[in-house]
Amino acid sequence: MRNPLSDTIVKIQPSGIRKFFDVVSEMKGAISLGVGEPDFDTPWHIREEGIYSLEKGRTFYTSNAGLKELKIEICSYLKRRMDLEYDCNSEVMVTVGGSEAIDIALRAMLNPGDEVLIPQPSYVSYVPCTLLAGGTPVIIELEEKDEFRLTKEKLLEKITPRTKVLILPFPNNPTGAVMEKADLEAIAEVIEEKDLFVLSDEIYAELTYKGEHVSIASIPGMKERTVLINGFSKAYAMTGWRLGYAAAPAVILKQMLKIHQYAIMCAPTTSQYAAIEALRNGDEDIARMKEAYDERRIYLLGAFRELGMDCFEPYGAFYMFPCIKRFGMTSDEFANRLLREEKIAIVPGTAFGDSGEGYLRVSYAYSLEDLKKAIGRIRRFVEKLDGK
Amino acid sequence: MRERILAVIEKNSKISVRELADLLGEKEAAVAAEIAEMESGHIICGYHTLINWDNTDEEKVIALIEVKVTPQREMGFDKIAERIYQYSEVKAVYLMSGGYDFTVMLEAKTMRAVAQFVAEKLSTIDSVLSTATHFVLKKYKDHGTVLCEGPQDERMLIVP
Repeated sequence: MRNPLSDTIVKIQPSGIRKFFDVVSEMKGAISLGVGEPDFDTPWHIREEGIYSLEKGRTFYTSNAGLKELKIEICSYLKRRMDLEYDCNSEVMVTVGGSEAIDIALRAMLNPGDEVLIPQPSYVSYVPCTLLAGGTPVIIELEEKDEFRLTKEKLLEKITPRTKVLILPFPNNPTGAVMEKADLEAIAEVIEEKDLFVLSDEIYAELTYKGEHVSIASIPGMKERTVLINGFSKAYAMTGWRLGYAAAPAVILKQMLKIHQYAIMCAPTTSQYAAIEALRNGDEDIARMKEAYDERRIYLLGAFRELGMDCFEPYGAFYMFPCIKRFGMTSDEFANRLLREEKIAIVPGTAFGDSGEGYLRVSYAYSLEDLKKAIGRIRRFVEKLDGK
Repeated sequence: MRERILAVIEKNSKISVRELADLLGEKEAAVAAEIAEMESGHIICGYHTLINWDNTDEEKVIALIEVKVTPQREMGFDKIAERIYQYSEVKAVYLMSGGYDFTVMLEAKTMRAVAQFVAEKLSTIDSVLSTATHFVLKKYKDHGTVLCEGPQDERMLIVP
């Protein structure tokens, strides 16, 4: 029999997180700080809109790009929150989570051999999606000394004549780093000068704890070069609804829509109706959840620093990225020992790229009580390592 | 800072001043001073524990009594309320708009004790015109907290 598989997909590594997940699932009574999704339920009024749409029998396909009403709400949201003007007919589409948007944006933009700059540590899907789209991933290793921001220097270092797209994943999973307006302005110059495009994954845009999120698309000259990706999962605690969106220049969006049309048809209808309610009446929910995350963030930062685990202050998402270099172990060893000895599951930083070595990704999408319990066990572990 | 302190301790009065200070990113002494000030200013009137008595062996009857009254000369609503709230079995008294005047929340060991209170103590107050007693059958949610079963974390343990 012939080999039934594609060489491209076989060469792609399975996610490092998967391996760790298998170990954790075997462990009974483990406390996990390893989750990348909100601990809140979707606010009730949003769920109710979804239920209502089912009761009304709204169970058909929507148009490929999504419900018109939803696209209008998305545009008004982008105007209200980021001061961005998009045309709801030609520049916005609704996708199956931000994940699909990442995939189809890369497929719509890349030709074989085009290089895609991917700052790491970052979310696990950028490299495989680039490879699947026929592009060549080029990693930019971010550093703690820059608070894991992308600097102009780091960007310039990796640009070649074949560079086409820069992925900009801020606020960042797993580091919690943000890019402020001045940081964005600095790299925008380079992007324009080198004629690059930006795929800006802003799924955590609502979760920032030091001023409001600024989108790179709002920097002059950048909107026509940017595919902005956002969604409902993190801000409204709607991960399971699988709903995101992309806003981009019509010339790119038109091609993305073609892939979406053939591969997906349309995003789930129920989710789209719920999302309209989220955008119309969800601002207070965001504020409430954000406040809870911020309390936990402040608590956790203090706790890690007290344990002598260096940690730069993260101003975004719901992750903390403490450094464990002083213990003389790799992230993998540390995470595995912590799991075996204290039954705490924390994802090693290396799951998000080699530059995550020496760090752990700690999620604070957990109640304060859970976090305190976990910190108690981590303290015991660290004291043991320190020989106390 | 005041509102932020209240927002936290309204949900968790057990939190220590130090933890509270950490949470709000404020100095411990400043938080303690603010709390003391609110206590003496009767903004903070007490620290209670939310108990689901249904899960204990203790027998308790809780009744909500609607009370209609006629306020009399020199004796407005406040005075009548005072006569009612002095009883230790009375847990809450609210002045209401609408069809009746006071809501009285009563807690007693038995239904007979409730009946006795209404017949002998409440109805006999001169200004009280009528009462309607409703017994609480089950508490689902109290003080913003769902009492039934705790929520379960159904998320997968590790998610990228």
